[in-house]
Amino acid sequence: MHVELTEQQLARQQEFAAFVDREVAPFADGFDRAEAIAPELIEKLARAGYLALTLPVEYGGEAESMITYGLLHEQVGRGCSSVRSILTVHTMVAHAIARWGSAAQKKRLLPRLASGEMVAAFCLTEAHAGSDARNMEAVATKTPDGFRLSGHKKWITAGQIARLYLVLAQCDRQPCAFLVERDTPGLSIHPIAGMLGVRASMLADLVLRDCQVSEEMRVGPIGFGFSHVAGAALDLGRYSVACGCVGIAQACLDACERYVGHRRQFGVLIREHQLIQKMLTEAMVGTQAARLMCYRAGYLRDKRDAGAMLETAMAKYFASRMATKIAADAVQIHGANGCSADYPVQRYLRDAKIMEIIEGSTQVMETLIANIGLDSRPALENPGVGSGPQKPSDPSY
Amino acid sequence: MDEIKNELRTFLRGHLRHQEIQDDDDIFALGYISSLFAMQLVTFIESRFDIHVDGDDLDFENFRSINAIDGLVKRKRISAPV
Repeated sequence: MHVELTEQQLARQQEFAAFVDREVAPFADGFDRAEAIAPELIEKLARAGYLALTLPVEYGGEAESMITYGLLHEQVGRGCSSVRSILTVHTMVAHAIARWGSAAQKKRLLPRLASGEMVAAFCLTEAHAGSDARNMEAVATKTPDGFRLSGHKKWITAGQIARLYLVLAQCDRQPCAFLVERDTPGLSIHPIAGMLGVRASMLADLVLRDCQVSEEMRVGPIGFGFSHVAGAALDLGRYSVACGCVGIAQACLDACERYVGHRRQFGVLIREHQLIQKMLTEAMVGTQAARLMCYRAGYLRDKRDAGAMLETAMAKYFASRMATKIAADAVQIHGANGCSADYPVQRYLRDAKIMEIIEGSTQVMETLIANIGLDSRPALENPGVGSGPQKPSDPSY
Repeated sequence: MDEIKNELRTFLRGHLRHQEIQDDDDIFALGYISSLFAMQLVTFIESRFDIHVDGDDLDFENFRSINAIDGLVKRKRISAPV
């Protein structure tokens, strides 16, 4: 067993880190204050190939591995979770189209998503359907020309800047996924401001009032919108969030390393204080453990192993909780400085907390991992597992 | 000839608390299929039998039983031999 990156992966990791150090991290606090990212950053991400890292080459992608995709999201997460969130939802939609879209959808849309001509947003959550996403209220009604969509989607990352939306709605009480372009009559977009974290992720509420879309804009059959189309997107989103959380944790460690190396209290550098060392140790161990879980999830994803989805959920669960804990400790180590805008650790803490809520909250992950995990672990790894009562119905995601 | 069914039986048994499933059992009616497991099943079928399941294959009838999945795999292998 080898738990190490290949030379090619190491080279790409360095490339991603250099890009983030040059184009993302220096501006992240400014993005946070402005509650917006710089528009030209999308172009830079596109030019670097990062909007389509795993897409097939024929659509403008690089057909890169999931390990490499995870390395990118760790590095971008280290620099700015808002940028990483926008990148995540964009690639979730691109991935859903590549996975389940028609040949015409792939040909028409994927190159535009790869080039950054279009930013995409994923529209599942509603005011009354967060974790309980299966009970969404958006409705798609069949018409002679296609479908008419009505509903209200909430907390949509990149909603302010997206030109393409993947919208989940009920069609005859069955979940279905549709692509809706920004200029569709009846679609209105309402920016959201003042969030706790990932403030620059350009959140928006979307209101769809009798939005007419053609049959060609449906992704996958009626009835498979949640389990397969949204399911594939959310699975990738969880992997991205998990890797991004490793990036947040690493950023906290980097900030603490700088701080404890010059901050003096009681006559010595604070790195000499054992209670500070305890927090630093927990942060280092937690970061490395989460990183290894992400590598394993990525490895299984590249193998197309059926256990990859569970391992991804476990990585997301662990990494998001770990990032919140490490970021809270990083603020503690920085004291009052850590609560000020002069240091980034307060942003890391606010951003990390969001990671415990998006793409399946910590509590949904706990339910999912317990209910599905016991059943899904390969028998070889879990001999004896199999008795017990029939599980209840699984949570929505 | 039963290689596909044997593999499916083992996979389903290992993932569904080791309950015995007959080849024509309706696994949806038995209440075994969650949204996450539905995707796990697709991933397993693709990787184990080296086929690609696409949007046109997403039909409940293709996944309803071991016999149905066996039929899907064989049809896909004929249409796109490896």
